Amino acid sequence: MSVVKAVTCPVCGSLCDDIELTIEDGKVVKVKNGCAMCEAKFLHYNSEHRVLKPLVRKNGELVKTTLKEAIRRAAEILAEANYPLLYGWSSTSCEAISVGLELAEEVGGVIDNTAVICHGPSILSIQEIGIPSCTLGQIRHRADLVVYWGSNPWSAHPRHIERYTAFSEGRFEKSAWRNYVTKIKALIGRKKIQSAVKRLILKKPPTLSSQMESKPVSSIAREGRRLIVIDVRRTKSAEMADYFVQVEPGKDYELLQAFRVLIRDQELEVDRIAGVPVEYLEEVADAMVNCDFGVVFFGLGLTMSGAKMRNIDAALSLIRDLNMRTKFVIMPMRGHFNVTGANMVFTWQTGYPYAVDFSLGYPRYNPGETSAIDVLLREESDAALVVASDPVSSFPKKAAEHLVKNPLVVIDPHMNVTAQMADVLIPSAFVGIDAEGTAYRMDHVPIPLKKVVNPPRGILPDEEILRRILAEVRKIKSKRVEAA
Amino acid sequence: MGEKQKLRMTLLTGRTIEQGVGKECGKTSREYVESVSICYMDPEDLKLLGIKEKTNIQVSTDYGTVVVTALKSKRAPHPGVIFIPYGPWANVVVDPETHGIGMPSLKGIPAYVEPAPDKPLMSLKELLRQNFGKC
Repeated sequence: MSVVKAVTCPVCGSLCDDIELTIEDGKVVKVKNGCAMCEAKFLHYNSEHRVLKPLVRKNGELVKTTLKEAIRRAAEILAEANYPLLYGWSSTSCEAISVGLELAEEVGGVIDNTAVICHGPSILSIQEIGIPSCTLGQIRHRADLVVYWGSNPWSAHPRHIERYTAFSEGRFEKSAWRNYVTKIKALIGRKKIQSAVKRLILKKPPTLSSQMESKPVSSIAREGRRLIVIDVRRTKSAEMADYFVQVEPGKDYELLQAFRVLIRDQELEVDRIAGVPVEYLEEVADAMVNCDFGVVFFGLGLTMSGAKMRNIDAALSLIRDLNMRTKFVIMPMRGHFNVTGANMVFTWQTGYPYAVDFSLGYPRYNPGETSAIDVLLREESDAALVVASDPVSSFPKKAAEHLVKNPLVVIDPHMNVTAQMADVLIPSAFVGIDAEGTAYRMDHVPIPLKKVVNPPRGILPDEEILRRILAEVRKIKSKRVEAA
Repeated sequence: MGEKQKLRMTLLTGRTIEQGVGKECGKTSREYVESVSICYMDPEDLKLLGIKEKTNIQVSTDYGTVVVTALKSKRAPHPGVIFIPYGPWANVVVDPETHGIGMPSLKGIPAYVEPAPDKPLMSLKELLRQNFGKC
């Protein structure tokens, strides 16, 4: 039995690097410090869902084959296609992504990463407006006002608040954890009193519940770190916040612009914006202007709804305005553990962060045209390679329909939904568990991922599989040239 | 369909911690399937539909129709808003339109909800076979 310390968790963009794993007989048996998703990943990576042999589709069924044959078949599919789509990349290493880009250029396809359906609009907006940002370390030590907008870190990045923001113990800013505990205790106390009153005295309970739900207004003005959540639902993260603003679905743009007005000390001539009373907004705007170091983290609530990239335009402009009054930064909450790395490597090698088309022999970038969903909706691609991703469980049905209709090569460790529909399925090692590599945290800090156990027999990392496919594609193409 | 209630709602999709854990356990695992074939509704909307929690409902949008299990939302009140976690069930009813920027509209989709106690919840395999015919 051995304990491996300082392991980086390969689940979300927070890349927590303080995980401790207990290894017994080459298996992870205990996970310390991780969140629920981290624990599920490390304890289930080798479950019955793991693919151990390469599979190819014959007569409608996936049957076992050799690795050599699977690679040959995958290379054939890609080399024969006119316009293959190479999609995924956000849950593998930067090293593998780099080979993937080379392969896309070789086969003249379109290559896209999962940013296209998460923070693609954010990237477009950042390219237009720019982004004042910093590392998560700066935020941990200095931020005294933290805003999560359209993001539910409690579910999607469970340790984000504890490691980097409101509940982290910074050098210059203390954790607001105690305030939260006090608040929860007070709430529980009030609930107990309410139920006692209900049982003993009154048949009809007093209407305390509405008071309990509204956050005490004074908490936003208290000293120390403050947490504001702006969302369409009262999520668990919202319950932790000092102040929660519940915006009507699809109205974030109005709310963002309203904050811009308030921050410039101008008056709003309406009572409510996006379903929120203006006096609430004035208090939040005051808190924003009066903080020393504020940060806005925004999630898919802004990128997927209503005005999409125009929401992000407004959010970035709000931060620009706030920087006239105080210090403010903004950061997208990146989902997959290496989606930031995918954007980085794409940009190093092609000049563009996602949705790159090589069909003319040089990289072209025009999201809306060269992005995965659009290519599929227009039914243009004639084959696909999916690496470390599961588009069938994340794409709208119409896009997924075209993806699975054509020859489909999947490289993934698990029998995910897309893998079940593959024509060639090549199992790979898990980066960060049984393969090493580099990933980028959401604040663009590269962090090495460890290989903590050996992969099952015959299982290669994504990088090596892609190299072999690339070599095979080149062989097929050179044969074709010779024959011509 | 007789006197059955049909409500016009706004559909949101998103991450839940259960879905996050489920996807790491394996996409064919019971944990995953149970975490994504559900729909959180405001308790008042459940009353309007005249159904109890854990009854199947049919969610229809301009893009498709899917049967999911209604659950009482722990995050209420949010009348008029329903929430289905990201996954193969939600994908049937979300809006694929990318508005020229590559991103489909996965939140804030107009939807109709009606009780469907007689319609069975499909297994993942059945759902994939029905929608893609390849599995």
